[in-house]
Formats: sequence, structure tokens, C-alpha cells
Amino acid sequence: MEATQDRVTYINAGHTVRSWLLTIDHKRIALLYLVSITFMFLLGGMMAGAIRLELLTPPGDLLDSDTYNKAFTLHGIIMIFFFLIPSIPATLGNFLVPIMVGAKDLAFPKINLLSWYIYIIGATIGIIATLTGGLDTGWTLYTPYSTAFATTNVILPATGLFITGFSSILTGFNFIVTIHKMRAPGLTWFRLPLFVWAQYATSLVMVLGTPVIAITILMVILDRCGFGIFDPKAGGDPVLFQHLFWFYSHPAVYIMILPAMGVISEVIPAFTRKKIFGYGFIAASSLAIAIIGFLVWGHHLFTTTQSMYAATVFSVLTFAVAIPSAVKVFNWAATMYKGSVSFESPMIFAIGFMGLFLIGGLTGLFLAILGLDLHVQDTYFVVAHFHYIMVGGAIMGYMAGLHYWWPKISGKKFPEVPAKVAALLIFIGFNGTFFPQFIAGYAGMPRRYHYYPPEYQVLNVLSTMGAGILGIGYLMPLCYFMWSLKYGEDAGKNPWGVLGLEWTIDSPPHPHNFHTTPIITSDPYDYPEMAEALGAHTGHAPAEVAHV
Amino acid sequence: MSSHAYDPAATVRSYLLVFGALMVFTALTVAAAFVNMGALNNVIAISIAFTKAALVVAIFMHARGSENLIFFCIFGGLFFLALMFYFPLIDLLSRGLLGIPGK
Amino acid sequence: MSDGVSTGAVNRLQPHFATPAQQYETATFGMWVFLVTEIMFFGGLFTAYLMYRIQYADAFAHASEHLNITLGCFNTVVLIGSSLTMALAVHSARMNKSKSIVFWIALTMILGSIFLGVKGYEYHHKWVEGLFPANWFFQAPDAPRQRIFFSLYFAMTGLHATHMIIGMGIMIYISIQALRGAYTSSWYTPVEVMGLYWHFVDLVWIFLFPLLYLIGLH
Repeated sequence: MEATQDRVTYINAGHTVRSWLLTIDHKRIALLYLVSITFMFLLGGMMAGAIRLELLTPPGDLLDSDTYNKAFTLHGIIMIFFFLIPSIPATLGNFLVPIMVGAKDLAFPKINLLSWYIYIIGATIGIIATLTGGLDTGWTLYTPYSTAFATTNVILPATGLFITGFSSILTGFNFIVTIHKMRAPGLTWFRLPLFVWAQYATSLVMVLGTPVIAITILMVILDRCGFGIFDPKAGGDPVLFQHLFWFYSHPAVYIMILPAMGVISEVIPAFTRKKIFGYGFIAASSLAIAIIGFLVWGHHLFTTTQSMYAATVFSVLTFAVAIPSAVKVFNWAATMYKGSVSFESPMIFAIGFMGLFLIGGLTGLFLAILGLDLHVQDTYFVVAHFHYIMVGGAIMGYMAGLHYWWPKISGKKFPEVPAKVAALLIFIGFNGTFFPQFIAGYAGMPRRYHYYPPEYQVLNVLSTMGAGILGIGYLMPLCYFMWSLKYGEDAGKNPWGVLGLEWTIDSPPHPHNFHTTPIITSDPYDYPEMAEALGAHTGHAPAEVAHV
Repeated sequence: MSSHAYDPAATVRSYLLVFGALMVFTALTVAAAFVNMGALNNVIAISIAFTKAALVVAIFMHARGSENLIFFCIFGGLFFLALMFYFPLIDLLSRGLLGIPGK
Repeated sequence: MSDGVSTGAVNRLQPHFATPAQQYETATFGMWVFLVTEIMFFGGLFTAYLMYRIQYADAFAHASEHLNITLGCFNTVVLIGSSLTMALAVHSARMNKSKSIVFWIALTMILGSIFLGVKGYEYHHKWVEGLFPANWFFQAPDAPRQRIFFSLYFAMTGLHATHMIIGMGIMIYISIQALRGAYTSSWYTPVEVMGLYWHFVDLVWIFLFPLLYLIGLH
């Protein structure tokens, strides 16, 4: 094996700060994003810690009401807009989509860099807004509270969100064009890895939805300046704001979960050494989720003045979106059936994902039932439900992907034992944090209050303890990934011994990914063939050399 | 990047024709707005606007003769725009039908 | 670009593309995807307009009477004219005529400036009349509902004007490049893409004009 320092990789191609900040290499931009979103994750995590500590006791003794309102607002905004939405697409997607389609870079490398700068500008404004008084409207910015009554500065953080939206739009736009136009010869649509399909579906949501939230936030800013678009006094309709807001923000959940599903679709066949079951169904279900996801947003409005007829339509359509989600879970389970499953750390995260996503998805069906939703709307039941999807689903998927591709990204192996421990801690800590909240919510504890009746204290103490374990679980990867950079052994091209175009190139990859353009001659996940010729690169590998 | 030969004279002629048609439609839509036809006014105004838009997209923006992907973009965008109109609209139009205040 | 691969296009080929054809198709497809995002961006405002127009049809019609139909018509003609000149600029690029690219872009910018000037005059007029939808709004009987109309009027036309200003910035850049002889008949992708953007701005106005100016005439 060639020693890492002897050849040019994307990491050692330049050592100056300038070479990183002005890079147009998609792999370096992925790392820039990785560092920035990790920072935002820690920031949002601190807010979560403050909330959990406050809720340890029934009276509001740690934070006063205003501070508590700001803490949960900023927790939501930072975690959703600055961490979860860019998480997998902007890091793993940026790194892997061009490699998986056999291209040297994304279609528009400079726009890719621009999207990172836009993200940084938006995040900086967000942080400045936090330091100069915060925001107390809840992450949903509901009118007329955000336009007429909020005592904090709404315009500044809203501007930050508006700007960050464009970073997301540009990423999605870049992926769509790349997947359409940059595929290597022979790489037909149905030979694409499922991760790419998931990124494509995600990008559709980003491109179609994000502009709507941008214009909606702009209207809130204008209203705050004295316009009257959503102002009830002027005849405006706050429910219209909710329609426009959730037109994006419900599909935004699929921006978070679809890429995680893409990761799981890669990890499961890899550690089962088996061709994925129902490739076409998994690919199509990604698109189905992206499109049906645009038809269900009204279930957030069941307790508003939305008409009962519209609510019924939205309720039925919400059930429909469960079908493609279930198709995926069944196909993953079928892939594992009679496979030679091995439990490396990415696989433990992936199995954890399946369990948590299942609970999150099924409780989502509770909330789609009109009658039941009246009972649990705006309680901790909802909080637990969406954390099961967005933390249990999306972050577990992100962790699975990060562990799976870390040897490719860094060129180093990380220690397996602490990684397995971290995976278990996260799974246990997560359930400890959020399962009690289902019970508390069903028993009637409303969200967004820092005072609560003493009978909920046991559940809240359990939840805060779980959050402590979860926090340790999230900090551990930070430590052993850092450790592996310095002390880890060289990973080689294919440390897991799995299939996929990204595992045929050097780790870390050359700045141009491929020395010669690969020509794809077979389907992905052709594991039975691999069993016959183990060790040799067969199947989804460059078979010939193309000259361009 | 079209494979068929590019005819400069025909192109300029088509641009001028489209410009003329757009002017005629503008005059038409203004004239129609002065006549009270009830709800039909809106239908006419929007139909004319769509016709004008189609001309601009097809000729000025060279969608005519483009690859299918471009049409996929245009109609995909319009489809999701229609969704954004459709659902708030069914909400608005069916409010109050139940006779329960606030629903 | 009709003669396929020529040296001009090959020199312009970025390293991550295989062929000039791929690079050209990627750029134009990319612009169309971007325009889809623009459709959705303006779409939010159009949704708000649609919902309020249905609820407050009369107030909207009365509010619309405050707009100057003559200036609106004039601006429509000017903007459609600028779309024609822009199409001719792209045509000149295709015909390998750098000088006429600059000529047509300059004409487009003049027409665009006239549009913005008229728009500015209209804004000023509304401001003086007290129709700007802030707290010092005039107190007519159904003023609150009319205030929504003017909120949407300023938001929609303001966003449209912002797009025009951005477009004119792009035009300045493209004309400088054209003067340097950057565009030939084998590589003029930026001109084509700029054209798509400008025509989109025109498209938005084609819908704004009847929706804002023509609803209170009969």
C-alpha cells in the first residue's frame, strides 16, 4: 500500500488557509461545512442542555421565562436551519455525490463554495442576533406574534434565516444538475447508488421548498417594518402565514430524513454483504416521499381555523406518506434477512436508526388522526415525535454515514470499540430522553413552558438524565475522530471490504477523485459476485479506461 | 447546442413576430379590462398572461427545440406552484361550511 | 454553438467537464433549475395575493384604481421591448458579433432604466398620496383591506425591481467581457444564461401587470 504522504490527496494539495478558504474542491468544501455545522451543533446542544436542566424541577428556577423562550427558540432555529438541513447533504453529500456519479466535481464548483459562504454569513448573523438579545418567537416565527408582539429583535435573525436559505437552495440546485448531467459513462439512473437517489430527492425539496420559506420570512420582515400582509388588524390572515411556512417546513423534515435514509441504504447492504432488496422500490420511494411530502403540510394546522374539509384531506394524505417510508424499512429488513450481518459501528448506528425511525414514523400517524391530534397538539408528545425523526432518524443516519465514510474522508481508521460504545450510548440516551416525553405529552404536559405541575417531574428527571447520556454519546465521536487523524492507521482504499465507486479510489481521494474517468458496467451492490472473487475489485468498479 | 442548422433571418423574424404578438395581447388585455364581464374578466386576463408567457418561454427563451429536461423543469415548477395555490385555496373556500365558529 | 466542438469552446472547457457540449447543457439546465426556484420564490407572494384577492375583491379593485394605468401600460411595453433587445443580444453572440452584443445589451439596459425610473416615479407618487403601507397609512373606509393590497403591491413590484437591478449588474459585467472579445459563436454560454434570467423578469411582469393594474377598471 502506498504511504499517504507520498501521493497528492485533496487534504495535502495545499496547506495555506487561503487554499482552504478559496477552494473549489467539493471534498474540501464538505470539510468546511463539517467543521461549521459541528460548531453549530454544539451551540444548539448547549441550548438543549439549558432547557433540560431547567425542566429538572417544576418551578422555573434556573432560567426566567424570557430566557427560556429564547433558549428553545434558538435551540430550534440553530438545530434545524444551521445543523440538520445542511448536515448530510452539505457534508457527506458534497463529498460523495460527485464521486458516486464518477465525476471530478459538482457541476458548479464555485457556486458550491458560494453556498458555504452564504451559510457562514447567515450563521454569523444568527449568532450576532443571539448575542444581541436573541429571539423568543419559537422557531416557527408564527404571526402575529413575530410581527406585532415579540419584544425581541425579529428582523436580524429572520435576515440570517433568509440568507441561509439560499445556501440550501444552491446546494440542492448543484446536486440536481450534477446528477442529471455529470454521470460517468455507463452509469444509468438505475445503476446509481441509493444514496445519490436520496440526495436527488432531497435536492428537489430544497429547490422547490426553500424559496417559499425565504419569501415568507421576507414578508414577516416587511410586516415587522409596518406592512400588513399577515396583520389581522388590517384584514390579514395569520393562518396564511402558517400555510406558507409549512409548505416548506414540513417538506424540510424530508430534507433532514431522506439523506439519512440514503446513508442507511448504503450501510445495510455493505454490512450484510448482500444485494439490496428492492432497489427500484427504494429509489422510487425516495422520490415519492419528496413529492407526497409537499401534500401534507396542513396537519400542522389542525387546531387553527383551517377548515375541517381541508384538514380531512391533509389527514388522509399524511397517511399516504407513511407508505413509501414503510417500503424503505421493509426493504432494509428484507436485505438483512439471511444476509451475513456484521456489527461494525456504522451498522449499529443504522440498526438504531431503523428502530428510532420506526417509532418516530408510527407516532407521526397518531398525529395525523384528526381527533387524536386535538388531544396531543402542542404537547410533549409532538416534541418527542419529531425528535425521534429529526434526532433519532436524521442524526443517527448522519452518524452512521460519518462512521462509514470517515476512513474515506480522512484516510484513517478510527477505533471500533469506543465507536460501538458511542452508538449504544446514543441509542440508550436518546430513548431515555425522549420516550418519557411521549408519556408526559400524552398525559397533557404542554410544550414551551418552563413551569409545570409536579406530577410530571419523574418523567422530566428521566428525560434530563437521558439527555446527559446522549450528550456524552455525541461528544465521543468528536474525540476518537480527532484521535484517529493523528494516531489512526492508514485505512487503505477499502477498509470495510465493500462495494461502491467511492471505495475504488484512494483514501483520502486525489483532488480530481479519479485518475481516469470510470466506465460503469454493472449494477450497484452486486455482492453475490463479490463473494466469489473476494478481495478483487469487481462489480461496481471501473472496468475500463476512458480517454476524454 | 441544437443540431439543426441555425437560420439567422428566420430567428430575427420570429423574435419580431413574437414582439408584435406580445404588443397585441397587451392591448387586448387592457381593452378587455375596461369591459365588465364579471368573473370572466379574471379568466381572460390570466389566459392572455399565460399565452404571453408561453410565447416568451418558447421563442425568446428557446424552450422550443430544447431537450425534454427543460420542459420537465418548467412543468415541474408550475405543478408545485399549483400545489401551493391549491391547498390554501381549498382551506379558504371551505371555511365556514360546517357552521361551527372558527372552523 | 451549432458547429459543435471548436477551439474557442475547448479553450473554455472547465476541467471537470468531458466535452463542451456537456458544459453548455449543464449551464443552461442549471439556469432553468434556478428559474424554478425563482418561480417558487415569487409564488409565495402570488399565493398571498390570490388568497386576499378572493376575500377582499372589492377592496382590491378600489385600491387598484390608485395605480396609474397609463404608466403601467407604458412600462409593460418598455419591458417587453427590453426582452426583444435581449433576445437580439443573444442572437448577436450566436452570430459572433461582439460589438452588436454590447449594442443590444446597452439598449436593454436603457429600457430597463426607463422601467425603473417610471417605477420610481410611481412609488414616489404613492408615497406622497400616503399609500405606502406603513403606520402612516391613509384612513379611508376600507383602508385596512386596501393596506393589504398596497403591501403586496410594494412587495411584489419591489422584489421584481430588485431582480431587474441584479440583472442590470450582470449586464454590465457581460458587456465588459464582450468588449474584451470573450464570447464567440462557439462559446457564449454566459450571454445565453443572462438572457434566460432577463426573460424571466419579463415573465413576472407579464403576470403582475394585469393582477395589479387592471382589476379596478370596469
